[in-house]
Amino acid sequence: MAEVRIRDVRKSFGHVEVIHGVSVDIADGEFVVLVGPSGCGKSTLLRMIAGLERISDGQILIGDRVVNQVPPKERDVAMVFQNYALYPHMKVYDNMAFSLKLRGADVGDLDARVRRAADILGLTALLDRFPRQLSGGQRQRVAMGRAIVRDPQVFLFDEPLSNLDAKLRVQMRTEIKELHQRLTTTSVYVTHDQIEAMTMADRIVVMHDGIVEQIGEPLELYDNPRNTFVAGFIGSPAMNFVRGTVRANGGPGRLEAGEGVSFPLGDGWSAHDGRPVVYGIRPEHLVMAEPGQPAVDGEIAVVEPTGAETLLVSRIAGAEFQAVFRERHAFRPGERVALAPLLDKVHLFDAETGQHL
Amino acid sequence: MNTNPAAEVARDDSEGMDYLVSLPRRMVTVYLPILCFLIVLLFPFYWMGLTSIKPNDELIDRSLNPWWVVDPTIAHYYHLIVNTDYPVWMWNTMLVAVTATLLSIAASVMAAYAIVRIRYAGSRWVGGMIFLAYLVPPSILFIPLALVVFQYGLFDSPMALILTYPTILIPFSTWLLMGYFKSIPYELEECALIDGASRWQILTRIVLPLSVPGIISAGIFAFTLCWNEFIYALVFISSSENKTVPVAVLSELVEGDIYHWGPLMAGALLGSVPVCIVYSFFVEHYVSSMTGAVKE
Ligand SMILES: Nc1ncnc2c1ncn2[C@@H]1O[C@H](COP(=O)(O)OP(=O)(O)OP(=O)(O)O)[C@@H](O)[C@H]1O
Ligand SMILES: [Mg+2]
Repeated sequence: MAEVRIRDVRKSFGHVEVIHGVSVDIADGEFVVLVGPSGCGKSTLLRMIAGLERISDGQILIGDRVVNQVPPKERDVAMVFQNYALYPHMKVYDNMAFSLKLRGADVGDLDARVRRAADILGLTALLDRFPRQLSGGQRQRVAMGRAIVRDPQVFLFDEPLSNLDAKLRVQMRTEIKELHQRLTTTSVYVTHDQIEAMTMADRIVVMHDGIVEQIGEPLELYDNPRNTFVAGFIGSPAMNFVRGTVRANGGPGRLEAGEGVSFPLGDGWSAHDGRPVVYGIRPEHLVMAEPGQPAVDGEIAVVEPTGAETLLVSRIAGAEFQAVFRERHAFRPGERVALAPLLDKVHLFDAETGQHL
Repeated sequence: MNTNPAAEVARDDSEGMDYLVSLPRRMVTVYLPILCFLIVLLFPFYWMGLTSIKPNDELIDRSLNPWWVVDPTIAHYYHLIVNTDYPVWMWNTMLVAVTATLLSIAASVMAAYAIVRIRYAGSRWVGGMIFLAYLVPPSILFIPLALVVFQYGLFDSPMALILTYPTILIPFSTWLLMGYFKSIPYELEECALIDGASRWQILTRIVLPLSVPGIISAGIFAFTLCWNEFIYALVFISSSENKTVPVAVLSELVEGDIYHWGPLMAGALLGSVPVCIVYSFFVEHYVSSMTGAVKE
């Protein structure tokens, strides 16, 4: 086991730079999730840690060793690919034993390790099958098994669950998490699914267009997003945003959003009087307004009950706002509704830079 | 009648949309064309077989039915095997075909792998050039090659053929294998790389086992081509005991303008037996490599 340190790493393909100086320190035994929209460079970063891609600039350290020039097989990492990359011509047993065989492990030790890994993952009955004879979930497990038999310093996962159906994905998510708690091997996990990131990670690295937007524990990112990108990316349904100008006018401030609509602000924003900002509020932080409470008026557009909660989409100042209610209300599309933001949950971001104020 | 539906289903071996096609219709659209093809393709073999077992007097007697034999004989085969060098020609052909095939496949595997999977400047270009080499007809190439063969003192030895056949075989096999290697997912090799395999181990333990069908089809192609090759064998070999079957049958069994039709046909028929055997062994692989690649 080892820590992984990524220091100002850059990557160019030809003349195009796709990673613009990324630094992340991953502690020993930590489970870090790289998350971001498609094409932001997550896989590229992971492949640089694995040694499959050359590092254009900067340094990557595994343990105390700079691995920039170290070939993949000497980095002592194991990787699980999105499409599993099981060797089709080898049985499950041989798939799992392959890396140990290459390392010249002695037969007894090899057998013991493969069987132990198979036991952990519940693959013992499948050892004699070929990959094509397995279901998607089983293949996924074999891919994991192939990684854990080696007992590497670092596990790398590149969207390992994205080929599974929704239910299996949730189940495997838990299994991977449990496996990590059991083995405590440093893990880097790539996904574009923020729920996967939130549920699995010790710490999340949010990437966007080749840079790191924010690094932090899941709830920290949720509560204190550093900018509009992180705020919009973490959390589902996503945070509502509206542009406007802060008006302090003596008492508790308001946000003027144009068209005569204004949103209530709590205390402490008066310093930003007159400043153009982006106002952000999460759907779960909008409640039904009590009489006299500062609120905004909207027209109900869509009502989506899911059973446990109800998603309400309403139109305010020309934009769509989502709100989530745990309690049941008799909403009808076309009716008007008064929504009150929880004032201490409101986020304000600079309109130009998107940075949190 | 008391039929069990499950058994009924099991006996129904038609596939997919076959049920839409009635029997008479299938006769016309499927079996009749196939029959025509078969007749056209197999007629030469019938003629060879027939001629090779006709006694000489029947061969020249125009009053008899040319499509049939009245009094079959194995005299021509006997003559061919005992009185001529036929067994030696057979051995020569076998030696040349097998060695040249092995050489070419070994070279093509490495060339194709390097072109497809090792990233270096100009790899696509090299691939294109190799295919271009395939387009140069052997009937032109044999003139410069003859010079080379002479200079190295290989004239009239099996080595002359073993070393020149790959010039035809390697380009095509390389090209065929390139297509095959491309179909193997990159991730497999990357995974093997992380698992600790060297390039050579990736080639021998991942890529080759997965390309067996491709290699077999390249091999069959190369073997057949060597076996039937005529121009080089005619030009580079002069003495009877070094000749290959296709050339020898023609040059040793035809004296002036006298065609010894019986032995000639017997020789041609025997000569096609090894190719048939090779095909029948590998036909499954051959077809599957033409129709599909690696499936997980
Ligand atoms: N071999 C390559 N050559 C050129 N550009 C590449 C190459 N690989 C990736 N890129 C570019 O690098 C950027 C990042 O790609 P990457 O695969 O890391 O994205 P990602 O975050 O993993 O996206 P996804 O979630 O879709 O997998 C993309 O813009 C992509 O076009
Ligand atoms: Mg990716």
